[in-house]
Amino acid sequence: MQTTQKAQQEYDKMVKKASPNSPIFTNCLKAFVSGGLICAGGQLLLNLFLERNFTENEAALCVSITLIGISAVLTALGLYEKLGKFCGAGTIVPITGFANSVVSPAIEFKKEGMVFGMAAKMFLVAGPVIVYGTLTSMLVGLIYFLIGR
Amino acid sequence: MGKKIGKQTVCLSKGVPILSTASTVGPKEAEGPLGAYFDKKVEDALFGQETWEQAESFFVQENMALAVEKAGLKMKDMDYILCGDLLNQCTGSCFGIKNFDIPYFGLFGACSTMGEAMSLGAMLIDGGFAGHVLTGASSHFCAAEKQFRFPLPLGTQRPPTSTWTVTGDGAAVLAGKGEGPKIVEITTGKIVDMGVTDANNMGAAMAPAAAALLLAHFEDTGRMPQDYDVIATGDLGTIGRELVVELLSKEGYEMDSRFTDCGIEIFDAEKQDTHAGGSGCACSAVTFCGYFYPKLKAGEIGRMLFIPTGALMSPTSSQQGQPIPGIAHGLVIEGCGKGAAR
Repeated sequence: MQTTQKAQQEYDKMVKKASPNSPIFTNCLKAFVSGGLICAGGQLLLNLFLERNFTENEAALCVSITLIGISAVLTALGLYEKLGKFCGAGTIVPITGFANSVVSPAIEFKKEGMVFGMAAKMFLVAGPVIVYGTLTSMLVGLIYFLIGR
Repeated sequence: MGKKIGKQTVCLSKGVPILSTASTVGPKEAEGPLGAYFDKKVEDALFGQETWEQAESFFVQENMALAVEKAGLKMKDMDYILCGDLLNQCTGSCFGIKNFDIPYFGLFGACSTMGEAMSLGAMLIDGGFAGHVLTGASSHFCAAEKQFRFPLPLGTQRPPTSTWTVTGDGAAVLAGKGEGPKIVEITTGKIVDMGVTDANNMGAAMAPAAAALLLAHFEDTGRMPQDYDVIATGDLGTIGRELVVELLSKEGYEMDSRFTDCGIEIFDAEKQDTHAGGSGCACSAVTFCGYFYPKLKAGEIGRMLFIPTGALMSPTSSQQGQPIPGIAHGLVIEGCGKGAAR
């Protein structure tokens, strides 16, 4: 079997032809509807909290806490992975996805101990989101500071 | 070098009989199309253990003992154990067999390990170094996901090219004498790197190695694909199989429906949502031990070319952008009775 660069390029073409793509359209549609439903649910919660005389800041905080709580419980019951399989980005992008990404390694690596297992591996998936999320917000803040005056 | 024919193939003078095989699988494999063929089906993927890794070792321990029992032998009759798995430092195997008190060679050939174990076991016997060799390979879906991909409860979507790691253990007892389908030739594979980097398309990464092995085998033995009743690769899945057919067609060999893949046989891709097929060390091991071996023994298969395939990578190599080279090991196994007369 030749493994020259030319042979590799030719093989790459064969692989691309033989490998089916993910069904992008249906995936996007499912993500749009399910992600939208989660956000609509969040809005509903926000309205409920506001009706109970919470300030806007308090109400927003309570919505986040509630959604994170629901997601963590669904993850622990093994239901979020089933949702995620169907909804894709729809359940990854909202705050529920973030909660799922923290709780799932915490469960999976608990067997390796509470320190080097659960605690150390907890941000295995969410870590990059936190790092680059913070960096991006700093950059945006800097731009805002420079051109906003 | 009297036993060697061609560049990569050896011929075992009298053939090495496989006295018995045993297969133990998890719940998803039991629900699959081959479910009825496996010796033992475990309903709980944890197999009563604390962790996925311990469960895999327990699969090894129970199934290895079962294979020896089915051969009508005792564990102390074994001269060597040759086995391996996918977990770091092959702990799935060594923790599974540590109490057997038998000399052990731990093997790593990724998902081709069953082929490696049977090849080396047969050579040990043919060389006169052992009377009985216990060979096997195992994998566990949950332990493999944890090590190679993401934590199980994470809600992700798997691409259509991905494969599903088989949970289970396959074991075979090889002997210097006795009745059973015989390993008559062994073609040992070389590492083939075609620059595939997509860890979600293992079939494509391994197909060139399988094709290279087949080419070497046909060249060494002078046979054609049609000289076999069954040619079964390990875990190429639908995409990998298609690529092998195409690669061999370019070299002038036409593969027909007698060429299958254990990863295609073991799951119903549509109903079980396994995408491109099954994978893992256990894929070829349990499919051979549970499904093909009885057919060889009954003479329904006269001559089979069994080719477990492996993708040589680690999470680290993959994250560092290294390609995924493949390997494949081929064994010619002749069935009992009339079929073997050809």
